[in-house]
Amino acid sequence: MQSAIDATRLDLEFVAFCTGGQNFSLDISQVREIRRWSPVSSLPHSPEEVLGVMNLRGSVIPIYDLAARFGLPRTPHNERNVVVVAAHGGKTLGLLVESVSEILSVKNEDIQTPPDTRGDSGRQAITGIITTDEGMSRVIDLGAVIGFGGKAPQ
Amino acid sequence: MGSQNSIRDMFFEESEELLEQLIDGLGLIAAGQADDETVNAVFRSVHSIKGGAGAFGFSALVDFSHRFETVLDAVRSHRLEASAGIVLTLQRSADFLTDLVERARRGDTETPEQADSFLAALDQCLAGASAPDGLVASAFGFAAQPILLDLGEPATEVFEIRFKPFGRLYSNGHNPAMIVASLADLGETTTHLQTEGMGELADFDPAAPCLGWLIELETSAPETKVREVFDFVDGLCDLHISTRLDEAAAPEPHPQVAPASSGATQASSSPPQSVRPTAEPADNTPKSTLRVELDRVDRLINAVGELIINQSMIAQRLQELRLATDADVVTHVEDYRLLARDIQEAVMAIRAQPVKPLFQRMSRIVREAEEATGKKVKLQTSGEGTEVDKTVVERLSDPLTHMVRNSVDHGLEKPEARLAAGKDPIGTITLSAVHRSGMVVITIRDDGAGLNRPKILEIARSKGLVAPDLELADSEIDALLFMPGFSTADRVSNLSGRGVGLDVVKNAVSTLGGRITIATTPGQGTEFIISLPLTLAVLDGMVVSVAGQTLVIPITSILETIVPEESDVHQFGASDQLLFVRGRYVPLVDVAEGLGLSGGLRDPRKCQVVLMETEEHALVALMVDRIHDQRQVVIKGLESNYGTVPGVSAATVLGDGQVALILDPDVLARNVSPAANSGLLRISEGMPHAVSH
Amino acid sequence: MSVKVLAIDDSRTMLGLVRKVMTDAGFDCVSAEDGEKGLEVFSREAPDVVITDINMPRMDGYGVINAIRGGKANRTVPILVLTTESADHLKARAREAGATGWIVKPFDDATIVALVRRVAGLGS
Repeated sequence: MQSAIDATRLDLEFVAFCTGGQNFSLDISQVREIRRWSPVSSLPHSPEEVLGVMNLRGSVIPIYDLAARFGLPRTPHNERNVVVVAAHGGKTLGLLVESVSEILSVKNEDIQTPPDTRGDSGRQAITGIITTDEGMSRVIDLGAVIGFGGKAPQ
Repeated sequence: MGSQNSIRDMFFEESEELLEQLIDGLGLIAAGQADDETVNAVFRSVHSIKGGAGAFGFSALVDFSHRFETVLDAVRSHRLEASAGIVLTLQRSADFLTDLVERARRGDTETPEQADSFLAALDQCLAGASAPDGLVASAFGFAAQPILLDLGEPATEVFEIRFKPFGRLYSNGHNPAMIVASLADLGETTTHLQTEGMGELADFDPAAPCLGWLIELETSAPETKVREVFDFVDGLCDLHISTRLDEAAAPEPHPQVAPASSGATQASSSPPQSVRPTAEPADNTPKSTLRVELDRVDRLINAVGELIINQSMIAQRLQELRLATDADVVTHVEDYRLLARDIQEAVMAIRAQPVKPLFQRMSRIVREAEEATGKKVKLQTSGEGTEVDKTVVERLSDPLTHMVRNSVDHGLEKPEARLAAGKDPIGTITLSAVHRSGMVVITIRDDGAGLNRPKILEIARSKGLVAPDLELADSEIDALLFMPGFSTADRVSNLSGRGVGLDVVKNAVSTLGGRITIATTPGQGTEFIISLPLTLAVLDGMVVSVAGQTLVIPITSILETIVPEESDVHQFGASDQLLFVRGRYVPLVDVAEGLGLSGGLRDPRKCQVVLMETEEHALVALMVDRIHDQRQVVIKGLESNYGTVPGVSAATVLGDGQVALILDPDVLARNVSPAANSGLLRISEGMPHAVSH
Repeated sequence: MSVKVLAIDDSRTMLGLVRKVMTDAGFDCVSAEDGEKGLEVFSREAPDVVITDINMPRMDGYGVINAIRGGKANRTVPILVLTTESADHLKARAREAGATGWIVKPFDDATIVALVRRVAGLGS
């Protein structure tokens, strides 16, 4: 399993994106590509944040609504929405976000550990906080995002 | 992966084939149909396994195959008669060899405990054999190579070597210069060419050797090392080796090494030895093959899948353009479709494998089951050449093993009971494979007493699997055998029990997209019929739309499609509806609701209906918005990137690039089948896994 | 000009091992999985050294040696026999048939390479 933050690397690069009014970032080594939104086929009996599956050059990959995963309202339909295709533990998946803003170059020591907060179910999926010009970006733990709070779908 | 590892993999792969050849050959020997070449091939299989095992240091494997080979060698050279008892020992040894190879593959190099008894059985065979011609039966294992230890600083010594080659030395491919060079590797040499053997030029025969050498070698190497240089030419030359010290004591070279016997010195015109007639019947000639990594084949299969999707996308776009059907481009795209199908079939054929190795393993299972139950069983097989996808073959091994054990254990009667029933005391189990309408059908038939339905029902009731008052049709009773919990501890025999029931078999078969059915005739036997798709890569499906989604229903279970008449739909209780079809009332299942795609019941009179048969032989009518067409789709696993989804077996990509889910209709139907409604027959929630490679 | 070795063995594993050792040592290696094919490759490729198994289907190692030694071209090519046993009678038989030398399986890489170098006339 890849960890979102590799302590041995000094300069880390993150893909930063925005969804549900919050900024998030993902270790660039986990990002495969960024695609325009295209309609998905919905999956029965799937959790709220799983929008469905999409065809990525012959592979069927699940698409997660990142905002919904963090307890925010589902991302409203918009032609400008994008899908961040990422890989984790041999799985390929897509994250629906509103926009991708930039690539962040950060030093390891500039990433803060998120403080303990109360009750937010999405909190465990955030492994760090980066301060940016626009404010704060939350570093995502992909494993936790697709694991439904630790419980992987089987 | 290092190439050493890939050669190791090659060894195991090859061993698998050799074991197959071995077991096959032993089968022929057992049937008294073996010729010399069969016996030879059997010997060679074990010999080659030994050779490879030696290279990788699998000593348990080497030791056992050596002893095994010794017995086979005795059979091969007719020193040992292949009696029924001997053949049985050989077959068991082959089984054990299979185990040892498997152990080695897993990295377990310990010699298992049973080895001793197998070795003893092999030795027992040899006790009856006459001594091999011209050689004393050597102790097993590789002859130890002497290890020369260099202790301390050895003093140098001067050897005087007189070396005069015979003609054979040259014809055997030796070059005296090389031998001299090898000596030079050991120390300082002074070489004198001796031409005493050369006569007058007029008599000179260029083919007759006349040269000799006197070599003085100053070396710290022991004499054995010096002699080793001449190991290969022993008997092909006059050779005298002496040390300076010897020289001083005895000026004449004493014949330490006698010239080789005159027989060996005769020219290279010795008669051909043991050249077998080279012409073999043509049908024995193996087809030329190419070994390819499975990954490469799978990449090809994926690419062809894409090609087919791409073709249907183009075809769909063309259709939208509404061109004349005889337009050039339309014909070309149709050709494209046919070509793509051809390629796909050819590529699928690469993964196809005969079921033969699978069936072969079953003969061992039967032998073991015979021993465990004290029953006598004859295994008959047919259709071993039937080909099916490699993954299907692999994943069928466990279920089939279980079925065969079950047939011996529960299907066949004890010999006494068979005699009493006027049957042959030896029971017969027949395994067959056949291609039938795009499926492979594998049957396991026993000629036992048939299913005891009252007993089955009684067991199911006592276990609370069926309500006491529920009347079941014969086929429903038979289906109870596949229920989880039917087979439990109190009927565990040491054979088929083990706490595993036929439900496990059924799950394995459905995972492969297949189904299993039972046919039984009291007093005559029981037949389990497994139908499986030939490949896990494509599937014939019916494309339907439900609540705005496009879905695919596998064609195998579909009986017909219906546009229901209003009068045929009947409300049943508060929420259920029944469809009157073929003189029966069939539960109507709203697929959209079953998949949680839309809320509430829709009007069945506006829907189309797919009538299908479940694995329990119940009829179910699936309600969909629209039935489009029937086509072959490429199966894409869902679980590699996501996980399994109840009611969905896999996905595919349609012509427009959209993903369509492939339904698992049995799971959908289960929630409404009449038996399930009783609340007792509900199948466990464990969902079959979607297929993948 | 590199040395060309022809390896003949019906066991793919052995063939694989020999090929690997030979190519690692910088020799060219061609191969065949039985005696008959071996002879075909032999006449086509004119190898500098032949390494052959004895027990093979269709034509065994002795047959290969006989055919090469009794043939026209390249009849004195060094032929090494691969054998599992180092028993003397087997060596004698191989020599009788015209083999140049033998290699006892399992072999170690260095030994077989040294042997091939030696019979190919490369020195050590």
